[in-house]
Amino acid sequence: MTTVSDAAGTRPPLGKPDFIGPGETPQSVTDTISGVVYGKTHRWWVFALAGAFGLLSIGFLALTWLLVKGVGIWGINIPVAWGWAIINFVWWIGIGHAGTLISAILLLLRQEWRTSINRFAEAMTLFAVACAGLFPIFHTGRPWLSYWMLPYPNTMQIWPQFRSPLIWDVFAVSTYAIISLVFWYVGLIPDLATMRDKARRLSLKRTFGIFALGWRGAADHWHNYEKAYLLLAGLSTPLVLSVHSVVSLDFAVAQVPGWHATIFPPYFVAGAIYAGFAMVLTLMIPLRHLFGLHAYITQRHLENMGKVMLTTGLIVAYGYACELFMAYYSGNVFERYMMVNRTTGPYWYMYGMLMLCNVAVPQLLWFKRFRTSAFWLFLVSQFVNVGMWLERFVIVVTSLHRDFLVSSWGMYSATKWDWAVFLGTIGLFASLIFIFIRILPALSMTELKMISAEGKSVGEH
Amino acid sequence: MKILSDQPPNPSDQPPNRSSEPPSGRDEGREGRGALEPLDAPPVGLARVREGVAAGRGPGLWRSFDELAETPEFQRLIENEFPRHAPGEWSEGSADRRDFLKLAGAAVGLAGLTACTRQPFERIVPYVEQPEHLVPGEPQFYATAMTVGGYAVGLLAESHMGRPTKLTGNPGHPSTGGGTDVLAQSATLGLYDPDRSTSIERLGKLVGWEPFLGELEPVMRAQEAIGGEGLRVLTGTVSSPLISAQMAQILERFPRARWIQYEPINDDVARRASAAAFGRIVDARYDLSRADVVLALDSDFLTQGPDHLRHAGDFAARREVRGSKREMNRLYALETTTTATGASADHRKPVRRSQLGRFAAALAARLGASGAAGPAIDLGDPELERWLEAVAADLETHRGRSVVIPGRFTDEGVHVLAHALNEALGNVGTTVSHIEPVAAAAGEQTPTMAELIDDIEAGEVQALFVLDANPVYEAPADLDFAAALDRVPFTVHLGLYKDETGSLCRWHVPQSHFLEGWGDTRAYGGTVTIVQPLIEPLYSSRTVSELLAVIQGSLVSDYELVRAFWSGPTAPVALGGEAGDFEAGWREALHDGFVPGTESPAVAVSVAGAAVSAAISESVAAEGAVAQGGLDLVLRPDPNFYDGRYANNPWLMELPRPLTKMTWDQVALISTATAGTHGVETGDVIRIQVGDRALEAPAWIEPGHADDTITLWLGWGRKNAGRVADGLGANAQKLRPSGAGWALEATIERTGRTERLASTQLHFNLTDYRTASGQAEARHLVRHGTLAEVDHPEFVHEPEHHVPQGTSLLPEWSYDGHAWGMAVDLTTCTGCNACVVACQAENNVPTVGKEQVLAGREMHWIRIDRYYDGDPYDPRIHHQPVMCQHCEKAPCELVCPVGATVHSFEGLNEMVYNRCIGTRYCSNNCPYKVRRFNFFLYNDKQTPVVKMGRNPNVTVRSRGVMEKCTYCVQRINRARIEAKKEGRRIRDGEVVTACQEACPSHAITFGDINDPTSEVARWKAEELDYRLLPELATQPRTTYLAKIRNPNPALVDDASAHGEEADHGAEETATGAGGDHASLDPTPVRPGPSSSGTSPGSAPTASQVLG
Repeated sequence: MTTVSDAAGTRPPLGKPDFIGPGETPQSVTDTISGVVYGKTHRWWVFALAGAFGLLSIGFLALTWLLVKGVGIWGINIPVAWGWAIINFVWWIGIGHAGTLISAILLLLRQEWRTSINRFAEAMTLFAVACAGLFPIFHTGRPWLSYWMLPYPNTMQIWPQFRSPLIWDVFAVSTYAIISLVFWYVGLIPDLATMRDKARRLSLKRTFGIFALGWRGAADHWHNYEKAYLLLAGLSTPLVLSVHSVVSLDFAVAQVPGWHATIFPPYFVAGAIYAGFAMVLTLMIPLRHLFGLHAYITQRHLENMGKVMLTTGLIVAYGYACELFMAYYSGNVFERYMMVNRTTGPYWYMYGMLMLCNVAVPQLLWFKRFRTSAFWLFLVSQFVNVGMWLERFVIVVTSLHRDFLVSSWGMYSATKWDWAVFLGTIGLFASLIFIFIRILPALSMTELKMISAEGKSVGEH
Repeated sequence: MKILSDQPPNPSDQPPNRSSEPPSGRDEGREGRGALEPLDAPPVGLARVREGVAAGRGPGLWRSFDELAETPEFQRLIENEFPRHAPGEWSEGSADRRDFLKLAGAAVGLAGLTACTRQPFERIVPYVEQPEHLVPGEPQFYATAMTVGGYAVGLLAESHMGRPTKLTGNPGHPSTGGGTDVLAQSATLGLYDPDRSTSIERLGKLVGWEPFLGELEPVMRAQEAIGGEGLRVLTGTVSSPLISAQMAQILERFPRARWIQYEPINDDVARRASAAAFGRIVDARYDLSRADVVLALDSDFLTQGPDHLRHAGDFAARREVRGSKREMNRLYALETTTTATGASADHRKPVRRSQLGRFAAALAARLGASGAAGPAIDLGDPELERWLEAVAADLETHRGRSVVIPGRFTDEGVHVLAHALNEALGNVGTTVSHIEPVAAAAGEQTPTMAELIDDIEAGEVQALFVLDANPVYEAPADLDFAAALDRVPFTVHLGLYKDETGSLCRWHVPQSHFLEGWGDTRAYGGTVTIVQPLIEPLYSSRTVSELLAVIQGSLVSDYELVRAFWSGPTAPVALGGEAGDFEAGWREALHDGFVPGTESPAVAVSVAGAAVSAAISESVAAEGAVAQGGLDLVLRPDPNFYDGRYANNPWLMELPRPLTKMTWDQVALISTATAGTHGVETGDVIRIQVGDRALEAPAWIEPGHADDTITLWLGWGRKNAGRVADGLGANAQKLRPSGAGWALEATIERTGRTERLASTQLHFNLTDYRTASGQAEARHLVRHGTLAEVDHPEFVHEPEHHVPQGTSLLPEWSYDGHAWGMAVDLTTCTGCNACVVACQAENNVPTVGKEQVLAGREMHWIRIDRYYDGDPYDPRIHHQPVMCQHCEKAPCELVCPVGATVHSFEGLNEMVYNRCIGTRYCSNNCPYKVRRFNFFLYNDKQTPVVKMGRNPNVTVRSRGVMEKCTYCVQRINRARIEAKKEGRRIRDGEVVTACQEACPSHAITFGDINDPTSEVARWKAEELDYRLLPELATQPRTTYLAKIRNPNPALVDDASAHGEEADHGAEETATGAGGDHASLDPTPVRPGPSSSGTSPGSAPTASQVLG
């Protein structure tokens, strides 16, 4: 690589002052970020991973018990036949949205501030999708037959039923998972090569070498790489919009009051980005602190993410208002009662907490003071994480528990097994994150080097 | 409809299936059934083993001692030693440490392994020679009868390869008219109940039949020497001619012996009243097919009592307003508790017990019953005065076409007054007849029971036979039968279960179920049915008559006994008539299911004026408990399992009781107002004190219940019933001293504890009630109007004009052949639940247990929705059976990802269990919420005897799949096969669904809606026909005929104002306008369209708010 320039530390390029700390050079970027991997293992990391793995084990036990006994161990019933599994599925899928948005859309929009967070956000996306993917499989009554939802060739010539939104889900989510994985991997290739070069042990060199696909940093490598990356970004972009739109159709296609609404696709997409950014902040802020990455994840990053959250939060709030208005304006007795029940029925407190978490608290982000404070952003993002979960609870449970026939109204409450599975996916997510930050460069060295003082001029060749 | 009609009369003396059972070692224990044939006595050590084999559910021909270990006795022994988990479903709290460790192990195991299960190895034995008339896969039908409380219900039993699986009413039998009730529908499960006792026991030890005979013989010889001085036989109410004759013989041989009949739900009060009014004991019979006006005085005549099936059928027939028929009977019901009959009434009024007596007295005085003259009676309630006026006038104008029915559980005076009223109204001979009682030695039962206890305590009883009765559980509170039993040296109990009495007797002999043994029985009207068994006894059991024969000293089979009696000189009628062809008569009686000419003769009696004046002064003087600051405690049989003898039947236990929709809990019903005064909420456990006796039960606030009154159901608090019923609730019989009526004075207090109650529909407080009823009304779920509105039924279709009707983008289906559809008449539906259990029996629907009901996972394919309407203190009550609606544009079909629920070419919405992966999306999207999900493995796939009872034509669903009503597709297919064989279309009425078949009031019809002449098409062409939730454009195949009432114009103004006010308030709540229910705005929102009121049956106003 190149040598360190004296001037770089003192004179950052104009216009990009905040996206990387002063004095950062490609060498320092490489050292710091690969240092996270090659440095010594922090004690907190071991404990954190152990904790995460503990949660994962709880989830593993819960799923085993589920396979032994059946989905009856959960709180679901008739009329509320979908419960936490679907709530959690939608919640995790939503979280997964930030990664692709940051990677693809912001790339296309040439938002360079994304560079320091995109790798991490993409990884988060993959892990969130992995967590989400467990639920649709295990929530079925006979999980071992879930593959029947795939259009595989079989001797009976039976196909899935393509009118069902659940089939659309299968395609939407699996496409999203595959494209995200490829996108993430392609982005990793130059960094894997760096890791290979920095490795001291032969085994590591070989391992990274295999995954680096023989990257040598040649000009034609860079040329192909940039093209492929841009194309993949173009491919991913519509997926950001499509996945959660399709997930929202699981509800919107049904005729249950509270589900059957045309506002769902845009409102779900906005909600997903909202949730995704909240989760990125939730993870990024402690990470930045623990690994001392303030130079790469700057105040400006945090503030920008705060702005995205505020914007999407407002769209979500508009969605809530729209639901209320339409229920009133429709004159439909079922729709009206659904909103009356949502706001004043037995689950009114869930709705109240949702309003607090998703509508009231994020209004703090109008103020720069809160937007630029890591502490406040972390706090607000916690509210949004909870709020987005509550939103799915409100949609799924309060709509189902009192639908058309009064005689069939019922109540729903989660069991300890619902908790166990949910905690298990949190454990899975956290375990993957912790493993990821220890074995792969959590920030994109390549891209950071491009915007670092010296790299900038190199990058703009 | 029935294959029965195509079958020749029984070719042999026994149903073919008896001989068609593959030979099995099970018969070994029954070799001695021939007359007087002594049993070969095996060595003592082997006796037990042999008994075990004879009783075993395991292989009959045992090959090793290991195999013998399969016998239930052995397993019970093992189980006592090493208790397993309680049977029943896994509940949340039950994962203990062991489970956890197992789970942890399994989790590791599952990580690397796939499970392999080895199917158990079983041998099957094919027929060597095919029995005649037995085609594998074709069910056979036999007529038989079930005896409930001493009286017969005529039945047809469906048998699959020798296993009875389903019972239905015998349409030819005068007691049923084709309908059945929940007890008959659940009887097959009773037969296959794994908790039944299986072998003869002495002091809890398994012994054979021979030791029993050995011990019995000297006892009986000793008794014979002293003329039977110390011999007592205790039975329930007996109507069987055979048993009566046997008892007569025994009493002849042991002249000083006694026969005691005691039935916990007995007619002592009615008998006393009959003796007082007529000077002799007669039974009153009501013919509702001729009654225009019915006054029910605390009587649940539609769903309870020995003649209720006939009542329900006749009552419904006079109530249908289909086609051009525009006449309806009118029912007034005064009730101290809530009943299905009250819910069906045109006018219902909750009253206290004392008010009821006074009302009857005042009515008798008004209508000039003999001996009823006297001063005017103050009813103390202007509303009741109005009732008196209106009812008196109505009865007066319908002289000879009216009927006053006193409830079985009312006071003696009310019975006397009802007799007087019927006589005064000229109803005797038309709607009322008095007949010679059918029960043998009819009389008051409780005093004889008390005498028995006295005799025992005096040490006079040496041998006591308790046959098919459970006095330890059912005897009144002050008669301590358990203690008395200790003082009798030789006690024998014959029963289906080793129950509370059986476990205290020296000997317990298993009794044959009525589907296992021969016998005879009489219906309330007297008609005899010869009970023919459908199956060889499963265990080494005996019938009552067989045991009586043993007492007489001979071992004769039940079949021989019945044959000998009916061909003998003492038979009530000569079978075969004058021709004297006994065989022909016998076959005919078996085939038809009853013996013609055995009706009980009518008796001419007249009411004694003195009894009436005594009844009046007594009724007027009765202050009731309320005067002393207490409450009236009303005891009633459980609506599902009667006096408790059927309590161990899980179908009955889990069946939502009419009105309350309670499943696994005994509750104390209390009115809205009284709950308020006592500060009691639904679920609060209250202590009910009667004298120095008390019990605890959770309270249930029941809208429409009488104030200052509390209702408890009998039949709970079983201790030795079996795994289902043991330990649930408390025995309310133990509050009632002998000699008391069915209402007691009680006080209540809160215990401070609460209980979660497993009701299937809305546990509500008053706020919920208002929301729910307001929403139900705003959604037009149950559409109801009056007779006057029938020809202008805006109330049926107007709601649809206010709501945009949904349209569908999807193309319409077309049906070239049949298109199946169903219609339900809400006017005649009484909410009796027979359809629910019939469906359960037909379709192998599992029960799930209390925990699962609490979790909202009951599995019934039909539910009867109950809605309250109007005043929370005295609402109108509506029933609406809801099964799968088989929508043309079914929302469930659209959303299933794997196509497991699909539309058939005949319009059925079909469930493909094999394809279902259990996403439950279909249930979410079903607006009618009729789909049921197997959250766990609910069906018992292990217990062999339970498996025998299943309908082989219906898949037994496994865990993780969705299920729902199929319109009994297996019956459609059976009819289709028949029709194809004969090269014709399926005829109307050829397919009868299980619910339709069971309905005693014929409120359900089913058929081909493509055929305009079919009954279902005609019902659907009625103006009153409507679809549930039409705005969703689901186009359901099941439709409802709006509920029509026939109110008395003289009572209607107030009632409707009442209703208007409540509806009004509720609707405001519904629209979110924050309407205050308490606002007293009596302004009728929309007066009814009809004001003619000229014909006697017409009522002038619409009584509900719509739109």
